[in-house]
Amino acid sequence: MDYFDRFAIPHPSPAIYASMVAIGLTMIAIVIGLTYFKKWGYLWSEWLTTVDHKRIGIMYLIAALLMLFRGGVDALMMRAQTAVPDNKLLDAQHYNEVFTTHGVVMIIFMAMPFIYALMNFVVPLQIGARDVAFPRLNALSFWLFFMGAMLFNISFVIGGSPDAGWTSYFPLAGNDFSQSVGTNYYMLSIQIAGIGTLISGINFITTIFRMRAPGMKLMKMPMFTWTTLITNAIVVFAFPVLTIALLLGTMDRLFGAHIFSMTNGGMDMLWANLFWVWGHPEVYILILPAFGIYSEVISTFSRRNLYGYKSMVASIVIISFFSFLVWMHHFYTMGQGPLSNSIFSITTMAIAIPTGIKIFNWLLTMRKGKIKFTVPMLYSVGFIPIFTIGGVTGVMLGMASADYQYHNTMFLVAHFHYTIIPGVVFAMLAGLTYWWPKMFGFMLSERIGKWAFWFIAIGTNVAFFPMFFTGLDGQARRMYTYSEATGFGPLNMLSFVGAIGLAIGFALIVYNIYYSVRYASRDIGSDPWDARTLEWATQTPVQSYNFARTPQVDSIEALWDLKRNGKPVFQGEIEKIHMPNSSGMPFIMSCIFFAWGFSLIFSMWIPAIITTIAIFACMAHRSFEKDDGHYISVEEIKATEKDWEVLNDENR
Amino acid sequence: MSELFPRKQVMGFVFSLVLTAAALTVYFLDLSFMAAMTVLLATAFVQAGVQLVGFMHVGESEDRTMIYMNIFYGVAIALFTIFGTLLILVWDM
Ligand code: HEM
Ligand SMILES: [Cu+2]
Repeated sequence: MDYFDRFAIPHPSPAIYASMVAIGLTMIAIVIGLTYFKKWGYLWSEWLTTVDHKRIGIMYLIAALLMLFRGGVDALMMRAQTAVPDNKLLDAQHYNEVFTTHGVVMIIFMAMPFIYALMNFVVPLQIGARDVAFPRLNALSFWLFFMGAMLFNISFVIGGSPDAGWTSYFPLAGNDFSQSVGTNYYMLSIQIAGIGTLISGINFITTIFRMRAPGMKLMKMPMFTWTTLITNAIVVFAFPVLTIALLLGTMDRLFGAHIFSMTNGGMDMLWANLFWVWGHPEVYILILPAFGIYSEVISTFSRRNLYGYKSMVASIVIISFFSFLVWMHHFYTMGQGPLSNSIFSITTMAIAIPTGIKIFNWLLTMRKGKIKFTVPMLYSVGFIPIFTIGGVTGVMLGMASADYQYHNTMFLVAHFHYTIIPGVVFAMLAGLTYWWPKMFGFMLSERIGKWAFWFIAIGTNVAFFPMFFTGLDGQARRMYTYSEATGFGPLNMLSFVGAIGLAIGFALIVYNIYYSVRYASRDIGSDPWDARTLEWATQTPVQSYNFARTPQVDSIEALWDLKRNGKPVFQGEIEKIHMPNSSGMPFIMSCIFFAWGFSLIFSMWIPAIITTIAIFACMAHRSFEKDDGHYISVEEIKATEKDWEVLNDENR
Repeated sequence: MSELFPRKQVMGFVFSLVLTAAALTVYFLDLSFMAAMTVLLATAFVQAGVQLVGFMHVGESEDRTMIYMNIFYGVAIALFTIFGTLLILVWDM
């Protein structure tokens, strides 16, 4: 039995045992359900093996929503624990595990798949392509991310969760101070998901460079496509740094290397440095797609074209470059001299300028527009003031000398939630509501959506604004409790109330999905928002091949020109279409990666060696496999297009 | 026949072998740290250039300005990161 001792959790509690039972029961229920309804074949052939960018996008979406709730429960536990002084709901060790998990899940396993969900679904449609450049790799990206996420999520019931913060600073994260396998989970599961992200980065850059519709010059791309391009460029430059940092960290933890240790020539600061060389660009990876979504939504619902397209493009390119020049602002207080602190203060504050330009562009787009306050528009408009508070406090933190006061207090926590919640969560909810009809063929209820928006917008402010004050008064972040005498009690209680408001908002979104699945009209046409870009020029739900005829584009808003000025987009005869074949290999290979990660986490060398060989075998198999894809015949296309009104309309 | 012979590729291949051999001498000769690093850095950069031009066909396609811009962008970020790190962890510690 000794062998199995390693799987025991070092710090159990009744809640964790209850979760184990719940997870076990859910898995049994899923297996029974699939068998009873005879859905295994459907699941395998339509989803697990698909290489269709739209389905992959939807799978990313489901995973992201699941992770949002996982991370949300962690958040509620933390706020409940700190709601009153000297609370005993969670002990210090649990609190550490919960905030670490919350951070990692929200950034790596919620925000990242959410942006890739929308990129996957929307970008090929928006540029008039039939799929991404490498569909099979795209499936591999998704499954690697998914397996990484699952691996991370089982940590709290098998072996123990990481507890050194989402930043996992050494020496705390080293073997001396973090003895459980928790940090191994951190290193390996993020590694596996990160490889997937890096592959996606290359895939999307290639797609956007090579597969745009004829006539769509770079400066004629819709804004979301632009931000996707730049975001993926940042991914390709930033993620290799994370890969290496995690690899070195793994060496330290599994093989006793001394790269980040304080003794034997190690350099603990190198981890913080590498982490933020990736970490700061990462926050811009999260925010740029959001900027793209807001640009689309604001111009659609103001019924005007985007103000200052060129300055928008210029500012995202500048942001992407600057985002690599500021990383040190995350550790001003860790012992460098005033020279480097000053240099990085200046670069940090400079980055606020291009961001400001964008804010003004959105405001000017709305000026004199006929604004319709739909749910996506509400999130976009709500984003502007809330995000501005985040940006202004960011500039405050950016001043190195002042940061000695703010660093690692609740003030910092308030800052980044004021940027990430409007910048990522609002944007994703706006994008989700906006593209939902294209994905599923019905709209989400506007009425429930508006209720959810108000709960989320007000909840965010009630939960996070008080932290600016407690932070300035000295409440440190990541402390599991505080004494009554500090006087932090009432404001923390207020934060808890705000967190409940947020939770109600998210529950309303789930209810909205349920409600709309049951009651929403399915008869919405293909362009329910009267939008401007090509993704709305296809059938709903979208045909597997996206476009029967390749669109010809000569403006930023091809569909709008088609609708208002009758500029033809689809011309010529229908020809047979070449499409990629489905494949089970990405899924199988990612399952092997899961086993590989699990074996390494628990230092089980023999399975680790076997799975390593198996991974290489999968790659070799791919190299020798012959797969020429398949053709969809003209008759089949005509049959699919028959009942679609557009085909009959000669102008289109 | 001469059109069929991949001259450029063979030359590139030979040149990259020569560069590798030059880098390898650092191990066998008893050079000072500075000299060794100079040899390694110089051969590494020339090697990268040979690979890009000889085998990855930089400059042969229509979008070459785009490719050169990307390379420039990447090199700039790499240099900023390396020198920034040296500043933070060594020169200004
Ligand atoms: C005007 C733009 C911004 C400036 C000047 C800025 C500045 C800063 C500074 C100086 C810190 C470190 C403070 C400290 O540790 O004491 C920080 C932390 C942080 N910022 Fe920002 N920021 C900006 C925008 C953003 C955006 C757009 C996001 C995310 C979408 C973001 C996410 C974060 C996160 C997650 C942290 C904390 C990481 C941690 O220590 O756990 N920031 N910011
Ligand atoms: Cu930063």
